[in-house]
Amino acid sequence: MADPKPDVLGVSVARDPSLMTGAVPSKEWMDVPAVFKPGNYCYPGKKSIVEYHSKNFPGLFGEPREWEVESDDWKLPDNWKEIIINGIKERLDKFRSFKIFMDCCVRCGACADKCHFFLGTGDPKNMPVLRAELLRSVYRNEFTKAGKILGRIAGARPMTFGVLKEWFMYYYQCTECRRCSVFCPYGIDTAEVTMMARELLHLVGVNTNWILEPAANSNRTGNHLGLQPHTFKDNAEFLLDDIEEATGLKLNSLTFNRKGAEVLFIIPSADVFAEPGIFTFMGYLLLFDHIGLDYTISTYASEGGNFGSFTNNELMKKLNGKMYAEAERLGVKWILGGECGHMWRVVHQYMDTMNGELQRSLEMPVSPITGTRFENAAASKMVHVSEFTADLIKHGKLKIDKSRNDHRVVTFHDSCNPARGMGMLDEPRYILENVCNNFYDMPENCIRENTFCCGSGTGLNTGEIMELRMRGGLPRANAVKYVEDRHGVNMLSCVCAIDRATLLALMEYWNPNVGVCGVSELVGNALIMDGEKERETDLRFDPLPGTEG
Amino acid sequence: MRILYPFLAVLALVLISFVGAKMPGGQSLFGVVIPYLAFFAFIIFFIKKIIYWAKSPVPFRIPTTSGQEKSLPWIKQNKTDCPSSTGGVIGRMFLEVFLFRSLFKNTKTDVEDGPKLVYGSSKYLWLFGLLFHYSFLVIFLRHWRLFTNPVPSFVTKLELADGLLQVGVPVLYQSDIILLLALTFLFLRRVIRPQLRYISLASDYFPLFLIMGIGITGILMRYFIRVDIVSVKELAMGLATFKPVIKGDIGVLFFIHLFLVSCLMVYFPFSKLMHMGGVFLSPTRNLANNNRMVRHINPWNDTSIKPHSYAGYEDEFREFMVNAGLPVEKELPPAAEEPPAAEEDKPAE
Repeated sequence: MADPKPDVLGVSVARDPSLMTGAVPSKEWMDVPAVFKPGNYCYPGKKSIVEYHSKNFPGLFGEPREWEVESDDWKLPDNWKEIIINGIKERLDKFRSFKIFMDCCVRCGACADKCHFFLGTGDPKNMPVLRAELLRSVYRNEFTKAGKILGRIAGARPMTFGVLKEWFMYYYQCTECRRCSVFCPYGIDTAEVTMMARELLHLVGVNTNWILEPAANSNRTGNHLGLQPHTFKDNAEFLLDDIEEATGLKLNSLTFNRKGAEVLFIIPSADVFAEPGIFTFMGYLLLFDHIGLDYTISTYASEGGNFGSFTNNELMKKLNGKMYAEAERLGVKWILGGECGHMWRVVHQYMDTMNGELQRSLEMPVSPITGTRFENAAASKMVHVSEFTADLIKHGKLKIDKSRNDHRVVTFHDSCNPARGMGMLDEPRYILENVCNNFYDMPENCIRENTFCCGSGTGLNTGEIMELRMRGGLPRANAVKYVEDRHGVNMLSCVCAIDRATLLALMEYWNPNVGVCGVSELVGNALIMDGEKERETDLRFDPLPGTEG
Repeated sequence: MRILYPFLAVLALVLISFVGAKMPGGQSLFGVVIPYLAFFAFIIFFIKKIIYWAKSPVPFRIPTTSGQEKSLPWIKQNKTDCPSSTGGVIGRMFLEVFLFRSLFKNTKTDVEDGPKLVYGSSKYLWLFGLLFHYSFLVIFLRHWRLFTNPVPSFVTKLELADGLLQVGVPVLYQSDIILLLALTFLFLRRVIRPQLRYISLASDYFPLFLIMGIGITGILMRYFIRVDIVSVKELAMGLATFKPVIKGDIGVLFFIHLFLVSCLMVYFPFSKLMHMGGVFLSPTRNLANNNRMVRHINPWNDTSIKPHSYAGYEDEFREFMVNAGLPVEKELPPAAEEPPAAEEDKPAE
């Protein structure tokens, strides 16, 4: 199915009757069925992939099988309803958040127009409140007195195949960005509800391949792309050649799986694989070489991103455990993490709780260059590269030529997870202000804790739902457009590998004159390296200002 | 239906108490028995609900960070929206519970041609929500006059402040008017705004109508259809000391008012009104953002879940690793004739 052109989609968003444009659907939401058609759903997990996960986690991923989303027979187990209801019960007992979020919503509607998917689609069930009601209605029916007695009047309904279809549709139209939870007077976090719902869907084998296959790859090869160790190394080393071409320097500080290094550096693996992530990677390498950091990269723990976190907490834990396991095996002192969004939600809010017992000899992270003790990572022993870089700049340890980024008019996209699941807002901005002369923030409703998702997080950055992604990303693109029109912004920087992939598509679609880069790429451009040749291009071989022609 | 049914339900409650209070024995039923039952039901089921919530652990520390984290010493932390200490969390919770901090951030988004998204400030929900809750609180506290003798000074001071405008006889309380205005706003908002109308359930309208009914009967009693206030006070004091007596003819309006309050108490623990307790327990608000500083313990953490081992990884890829010059723990066997192992473990394809 051909995806609509931007001008057509733009008119559709603004004019088509929807709850966003003021039209009220004639049917109550419980009476509107979810209808799957090509373009509005992600392909289900391949049987072999589900088998792979089921081997590690019997039962958690349901029955491996071939099934069609558009079919009315999903080949569910006979007792699938029982599995779901028992699954809800188990999770209510394990997560207080789940109970509170099921019971406390007053439907004040503050969240309604905060979701990027609702803003872009106008679909009522993309309002966070209704997204949660999809599950809450079943909860009421099974677990509350009011629901059992009053039924639909109390907002309760039984679990049916129709409900299951709705769950699959709308819990995969949520990117767990948490923007709604900033505005909720009770802090109800739809990300948490979506996580529960996805766990439940997995129990009956309802899943998407774009999440499960990268997760399987991460487990086996160390990274979601499935790059085997030698390929991973080759890819990374290939970028050394690019660095040499751009700077005249052959770096020899990059090592792999080296025991005794001070720091283990873990990146989202896309940074060695695809543009524009590779430029970010080049920026990291230049920075570490510049300061003489004693670091190594692991091929075994070669993925910062955690596709398990899009499935269930068990797989999240298993994939995440590699970070500590490898840090211990290599005998490093602490871990440095690259620019990645949901990786940092996991590292910041889950890692030490889930896998803390795997770390034994790691030490409080101390910058060997500035002596700064990263007290905020005292327990987890893992520092974000933006925190690390900001500290270097503050201490004047970097030789910087800001003018090398003068051909870029930069804005910054706060990735959802570092913003709302970590609170890292000022570090990247401090870096940007110090490595480029033209930096403009987007309007305040669209940045920092109010930032808008790229529209394709949590494993939704797959080609089969492109229209949905462009709709979901519209609020972000719109804010970029604002600074493009006002300040001539031509570069959207971010600290997230998924962003670097998805914003690229989003910008090409809505704002074709705006590029996408990681913050560390701009750092790499600006660094004055010892012994470098006169730099004529930046790291992507675009001519520097003043050297054109 | 979602509006009409709850309205009729509240009307029916009014009717039941109107008729019931006039029946023989009705006054003690509606004046003593039901209020007692309702009160104890409220206490018991409220506590039960809190225990039900508290029984589940908080496995992960998941605050929604709504401001700058504590990181480097020279970067200014947003201590209220992203607290990293207990004191900070108390501050955040205080602002949340007493000033509805998150609701204050509310915006309204419209889509215009272009497409262009426009964000406007939208404080009405915050304002009227706050007005409703505080006027309800003031009215609740003012009612202590009925249950205490002598009346505590904070109640008389509150009455004085509440009647500051000095309008009418008896003096008009602002809180009465504000409560009804705020309820009307909250109701109209649900009906008029398409998004709100679409998400609202019967259980969203019912408490609005119920509290409106309580407010209206209360106001009628005070300003228009007077009841025997001396007898009311005697009954209230009696209820509070477990020696309830009903003297004289209090007036049916009082029994309607009391019955609606009883209904609210019974309804409360089973409904969304429990947000009153839940707001304190919400893990995205009541936890410090210090996940990397202090280990948070998950009581059901499954330590049997281990990462795919490095040994297993190296076993599968050793030959490639050696050939690529990557360090390995175990060297290749001298006769490296074997194909790379564990091919059957491969997930893809």
